[in-house]
Amino acid sequence: MTAVEPEQKGWLGKSVKRKEDARFIAGRGNYIEDIKLPNMLYMSILRSPFAHATINSIDTSRAAELPGVVAVVTGELLAEHNLAWMPTLSGDTQAVLATDKVRMQGQEVACVVAEDPYIAHDALELIDVDYEPLPVITTPQAALEDTAPVIRDDKEGQADNKVYQWEAGDAEATEKAFAEADKVVRLVTHYPRCHPAPLECCGCVADVNPVTGKATIYMTSQAPHAHRTVFALVAGLPEQNIQIISPDIGGGFGNKVPVYPGYVVATAASLLLGRPVKWIEDRTGNLISTGFARDFYMDGELALKEDGTMTGLRVKMLSDQGYSFADAQPSKFKAGLFHIVTGSYDIPAAHVVTEGAYTNKAPGGVAYRCSFRVTEASYFIERLVQNAAYELGVDPAEFRRQNFIQPEQFPYTSATGFEYDSGNYEAALDQALERVGYKELREEQKQAREEGRLLGIGLASFTEVVGAGPSRNYDILGIKMFDSAELRVHPTGKAILKLGVKSQGQGHETTFAQIAAHELGIPPEDITVQEGDTDNTPYGLGTYASRSTPTAGAATVIAARKVREKAKKLAAHLLEASEDDLEWADDKFVVKGAPERAKTIQEIAFAAYTDHPEGMEAGLEATNYYDPPNMTYPFGTYAVVVEIDRGTGQWKVKKVVAVDDCGTRINPMIVEGQIMGGLTEGFGTAAMELITFDEDGNCIGSNFMDYLLPTAWETPAFELGETVTPSPHHPIGAKGVGESATVGSPAAFVNAVVDGLAHAGVRDLDMPLTPSKVWEALDKAGLAE
Amino acid sequence: MITETKPTIHEITATVNGTEHSLAVEPRLLLVHLLREKLALTGTHVGCDTTNCGACTVLVDGVPVKSCTYFAVQANGKAVTTVEGLADGAQLHPVQEGFKEEHGLQCGFCTPGMMLVSKALLEENPDPTEEEIRWAISGNICRCTGYQNIVKAVQWAAKNSKEAS
Repeated sequence: MTAVEPEQKGWLGKSVKRKEDARFIAGRGNYIEDIKLPNMLYMSILRSPFAHATINSIDTSRAAELPGVVAVVTGELLAEHNLAWMPTLSGDTQAVLATDKVRMQGQEVACVVAEDPYIAHDALELIDVDYEPLPVITTPQAALEDTAPVIRDDKEGQADNKVYQWEAGDAEATEKAFAEADKVVRLVTHYPRCHPAPLECCGCVADVNPVTGKATIYMTSQAPHAHRTVFALVAGLPEQNIQIISPDIGGGFGNKVPVYPGYVVATAASLLLGRPVKWIEDRTGNLISTGFARDFYMDGELALKEDGTMTGLRVKMLSDQGYSFADAQPSKFKAGLFHIVTGSYDIPAAHVVTEGAYTNKAPGGVAYRCSFRVTEASYFIERLVQNAAYELGVDPAEFRRQNFIQPEQFPYTSATGFEYDSGNYEAALDQALERVGYKELREEQKQAREEGRLLGIGLASFTEVVGAGPSRNYDILGIKMFDSAELRVHPTGKAILKLGVKSQGQGHETTFAQIAAHELGIPPEDITVQEGDTDNTPYGLGTYASRSTPTAGAATVIAARKVREKAKKLAAHLLEASEDDLEWADDKFVVKGAPERAKTIQEIAFAAYTDHPEGMEAGLEATNYYDPPNMTYPFGTYAVVVEIDRGTGQWKVKKVVAVDDCGTRINPMIVEGQIMGGLTEGFGTAAMELITFDEDGNCIGSNFMDYLLPTAWETPAFELGETVTPSPHHPIGAKGVGESATVGSPAAFVNAVVDGLAHAGVRDLDMPLTPSKVWEALDKAGLAE
Repeated sequence: MITETKPTIHEITATVNGTEHSLAVEPRLLLVHLLREKLALTGTHVGCDTTNCGACTVLVDGVPVKSCTYFAVQANGKAVTTVEGLADGAQLHPVQEGFKEEHGLQCGFCTPGMMLVSKALLEENPDPTEEEIRWAISGNICRCTGYQNIVKAVQWAAKNSKEAS
């Protein structure tokens, strides 16, 4: 026997260059603003300057008279068609255009439709709205006070500002764990409001054909099929007459999951005027009115034994929902999947109590590059674990190791009810420590302190829950969260793969072609991937929450395997052999023991249309709607090293190591690109991104001068590592990776800064860690210079 | 206060990607809208309206300019290069190839602006350090890549431009 390794075959694990790049580098992408239809009109939105006010009157007469203005739409007009309010994806309602009151700054009040976009904007200034300001509520704590004015007085039976109350875990068992604890460590923190801020804002071109009644709506949608159903429900249009086309999307990150008023008004205007109507949001509109993220207040405790064993976790959480509950998350889980808060640790008892409140702020709480509040949960436990290590006087890395769920414990049922599929947390931790040089760094840190310098080392060993989800537990507005693939092989052996998900930069045209290629032996360049057109793709719930690979990726595998089953029958016919005598070899069926007798997939495809046996249907295609048996649980350890300036509070990242385990990697180049992008967004959240409000409810962070995004200058370099622990229930073992780094990294950055100050007793620092905030902490701890 | 008086129309001449155009424009027309709406060059994108994100970056006489806050009339008599003018027929510019080779793009929205500032950088400094590249592209925001691969893309272009010349 020779020890020659079998040749690496197939298309998994190959860094194939992206198919989509050719058009983007040529400036030939097709984004929403690039779509221009004959006879098209342009729409602009007038937004409220007040956060809370009664609308006494809206006078649109001067605007309507401006030459070039075709129509001015108000809530009153929409109300005549029962369109003034719409449902949100979390089962609440949101105003399309305000009728009675405005409930946040930037709320949509009226729309102008004009022949020219400049004229549409001009006319906004000619609309006179008489507002009567009302008291403003900008925090959920204030919203829940007895004396607080009721923000949603439009809702029957809503007598306060409570949105939901929800809990998970075992209160009694947790109570017991705390009663028996040797030590209890508490963390009170706020994960501040931030914004996905994709570089392309939202927009649509609505084209309702007055003759056929068909509504073709081009829109920036991460979930075109779900949006079609919502449109059918909102507008009462027959669903077969609605075609949503989501073109190239300039980033989404969860921001393009909800349905926004602009889409609805543009469609209504097109319906009323019989002409296509285009609405392109401006950046301020995007930042102040569309799906923000986080804004979670968390107060929790960890119960510990003297030897450092974690025995219980309890967390109280309060979320600021803005004026509407519009998270767009699975209906059973009111605070998303926040109950993954036990993280990577074997904590026998846990209890989570969550509550949401209405405020006079934009609705949202969308899963910004996150699987429904997993980011907040991961941040909380990783911050708390580090603080607990300090209180126990042990090393934060070793404390994590001591409490990790062990590889042999999988599948592992957590105290809040998740069934973790697979994991090897220690391997990822060890690799991260090795790569960052942890032992040496701790020495260097001691030395630095003696020299008066502040060095901090932060870790985060996160576990995510992604890939929603199994139909028994996961639905949005009742629609189960399966996803789909339809694979059709053409006579010449080329193929088209149609999916229910929708890329916004994730590289689906390449990754999913690779999956099909791996299963069928048709090279990826011969497989077109189509997404985003509801008339021409199977129904699916879209791309967010790292669900594309776990759901549509699995559907692609199953569809391809079904194609292969039929191909086997065709091959048997062509080779005049029994199916039992055939075996699959990369891209062909071969007669066992007679390798010269073979038919390639391309030959078989041709026969499917030209020479199929009697009694068999022609064609070579298959569809699969994949209902995942479980969620997937990607994990990893991130290590961040920072140095903090005692004079200014500025902190500089010296090193970032990210070890990720997302199961099988389909295209490592794309996976690493996703991780680096997520690390940067996590860094942005930790360091600078903040949507905040003054006491009158004015949004601070309404443009890119105030809402800071990391540039190449601040963004550190990243060193990536990997471990591979396949998901046992996914057909190719992949877990999804798009969000791991946004979920895991904020805690690592903050932990690093806290670690730099921890010897002086600093434990509590809330994001974003602006220099002034860090300087205040330095000053308080006596470390400032 | 908006009045109904007709705006003045200016006649301008600008060379865009090597082709001279004589155009009648309102004084308030932004260069990005001239390119996108009048010349159908939709590769130049609008990301922020406030000169912060750089998605709208084009070259005016070889210098990167954010075309969302630059009036079309300011381009009178000047040469404008957009992403559509980067390739020479079927021959991609090294910067374009670099972005593809090094996975310097994901959603593609910032890419045209990023490539144009990179081209301007390499013309001034054919062999930039990583720090010089990061500084040069720091007026352009990318929300997807984390910049590391953009830096590599520019390095790839620098290396391959030298080899080609």
